[in-house]
Amino acid sequence: MAEVAPPEAERERFVLSVDGLEALLVALRGDGWRLMGPTVRDGAIDHAEIRGVADLPRGMTEVQEAGTYRLARREDGAFFGYAVGPRSWKQLLFVPKLRLFRAHRQEDGFQVEPESTEPPRLALIGARSCDLHAIAVQDRTFLEGPYKDPDYAARRERLFVVAVNCGQAGGTCFCVSMRTGPRATSGFDVALTELLEGGHRFLAEPGSERGAALLARVGAIPAREPDARAADAVVERTAQSMGRAMDTTDIKGLLYRNQEHPRWDNVSERCLGCTNCTLVCPTCFCSSVEDTTDLVGGVAERSRRWDSCFTLDHSYLHGGSVRHSIRSRYRQWLTHKVASWWDQFGTSGCIGCGRCITWCPVGIDITEEVAAIRATDGARPGA
Amino acid sequence: MARRKKPSLAVWKFASCDGCQLTLLDLEDELLALADAVHIAYFAEATSTALKGPYDLSLVDGSITTPADAVRIREVRRASRYLVSIGACATAGGIQALRNFRDVREFLSTVYAKPEYIETLATSTAIADHVPVDFELRGCPIDKRQLLEVLSAFLNGRRPNIPAHSVCVECKLRGNVCVMVTGTPCLGPVTHAGCGALCPTYHRGCYGCFGPMEAPNTPSLARAFQAAGRSETELVRSFRNFNANAPAFREESERHDE
Ligand code: SF4
Ligand code: SF4
Repeated sequence: MAEVAPPEAERERFVLSVDGLEALLVALRGDGWRLMGPTVRDGAIDHAEIRGVADLPRGMTEVQEAGTYRLARREDGAFFGYAVGPRSWKQLLFVPKLRLFRAHRQEDGFQVEPESTEPPRLALIGARSCDLHAIAVQDRTFLEGPYKDPDYAARRERLFVVAVNCGQAGGTCFCVSMRTGPRATSGFDVALTELLEGGHRFLAEPGSERGAALLARVGAIPAREPDARAADAVVERTAQSMGRAMDTTDIKGLLYRNQEHPRWDNVSERCLGCTNCTLVCPTCFCSSVEDTTDLVGGVAERSRRWDSCFTLDHSYLHGGSVRHSIRSRYRQWLTHKVASWWDQFGTSGCIGCGRCITWCPVGIDITEEVAAIRATDGARPGA
Repeated sequence: MARRKKPSLAVWKFASCDGCQLTLLDLEDELLALADAVHIAYFAEATSTALKGPYDLSLVDGSITTPADAVRIREVRRASRYLVSIGACATAGGIQALRNFRDVREFLSTVYAKPEYIETLATSTAIADHVPVDFELRGCPIDKRQLLEVLSAFLNGRRPNIPAHSVCVECKLRGNVCVMVTGTPCLGPVTHAGCGALCPTYHRGCYGCFGPMEAPNTPSLARAFQAAGRSETELVRSFRNFNANAPAFREESERHDE
């Protein structure tokens, strides 16, 4: 877990060359961290295990809109010139499938064989501010409630985070509205800002002691004022070019008083109930527990896998599903995400990454749905 | 475990290619364990032994296309404690249900020299359209891991762990990049999971082999296909496939077929 960062104003900033970035990645690997960073895979910039700078999506970017994602080239050779990809870091912390235990039948009763896998030590390379906020949101769910999730906790402890301040906003990004970016302010060991003008280099900011030690080891030099200003300008420009915006004024009240708004009927004609929005969302945390047996009933297994409030089984109680219509399922998801999450966890469940907009096969846009309800606040069916 | 008597298993064929019942033989690694766990009483593809019922569990492959089969399926039902229909033919009428959209007499006179010798029904229909079914296992063909799960569940008296949600969930569990969002129309968002997202994993759109998912919104997906440039004819073909007669797919194909 990243250590507590010193207050922003006191943080010293450094400059790292492109070779310095390679040295940083090599040093992390040398220290036994597995590097998980951006790379081009199946038509998208997605994270996977990388070995060094050569695996980064240099000169690549993407065009994201509601329901579409296309890779594109850029001329400036940027390493981190894209926004967020199809999968968040949730994939690595709250893993999609997890075996919880196996049980073997004995002469009298059964014996439980617990799972005992030590998770890998991962270095996240290129994590964005919105996604670091998402990790903090999931921490509240998995670590800070009455029950701690042991698997999540173990994975979470074995993380090193190299953040990147966004040099460009994606077409569906709205972190500025959610106050989660584009500049990383906490939850990292090192934060980089890629500078492309006046020589390709990075402004590097340590967020922990081990981050500062790493920067010193790989030859980062103290930044001069113009470099620091250039980095601030990059982030400022990104903040000015958000693809989307969401007005969050009294958003809880807005959604709570509009549970019968006709917009829910409208969205239910479009929503497929396919679950994509929830599974790509970096904060959605639902899972289902499944038991299986072998043919003769000698071995049983319990596992956990991602689930979604869009499946009928998710709300299945004795006699049927509580949220039978798509209308009620979409309403549940959106209302939980931006309103009742506050009651439950003291924070918004949405951090404005835009994934649910891009990766919805029919392009349903959370910002547009909220705006539509706000525009006709209080409307009733048939009105 | 001490069982008093091994349960008996029967496997029945109706109108089908037999692929689904062969999935049972394809369970190579588990076949011995299965032979240990059940008593195979009737399975024409595997053995000429044919024991009389009643049977504890019957697997039924194929659809009902002839008057004789419509009678035979009732006999199978009467002789079976549990009846599980397996595959798109048995659960939706199969590819042969394309006849349901046309006049079968025309086919008969085109295909057969002496159509008067052929006794057939006007439609191909699912087993559940004729007799009560305890469980339907989808797929063209069925997935062998799912078949094993259904067998284990029935043998252990528990509910099969066969989710009815979209293929999208399987893509996300595998970490696939969505093919639809990156440019290839895909039936996954309205299709029942089970294959493990086979086609999207190889960068193809889903063909809908497992039929409609729970509460599918086919009109919305059809609009997205249209926006991606699919013609009405192509839309009819997309939904009128191995699961053409499954109600949600049938209705959607009819909306585009004037
Ligand atoms: S609700 Fe959408 S925009 Fe908000 S965090 Fe989840 S995926 Fe990102
Ligand atoms: S909002 Fe989009 S991604 Fe989410 S369930 Fe509906 S159709 Fe699927």
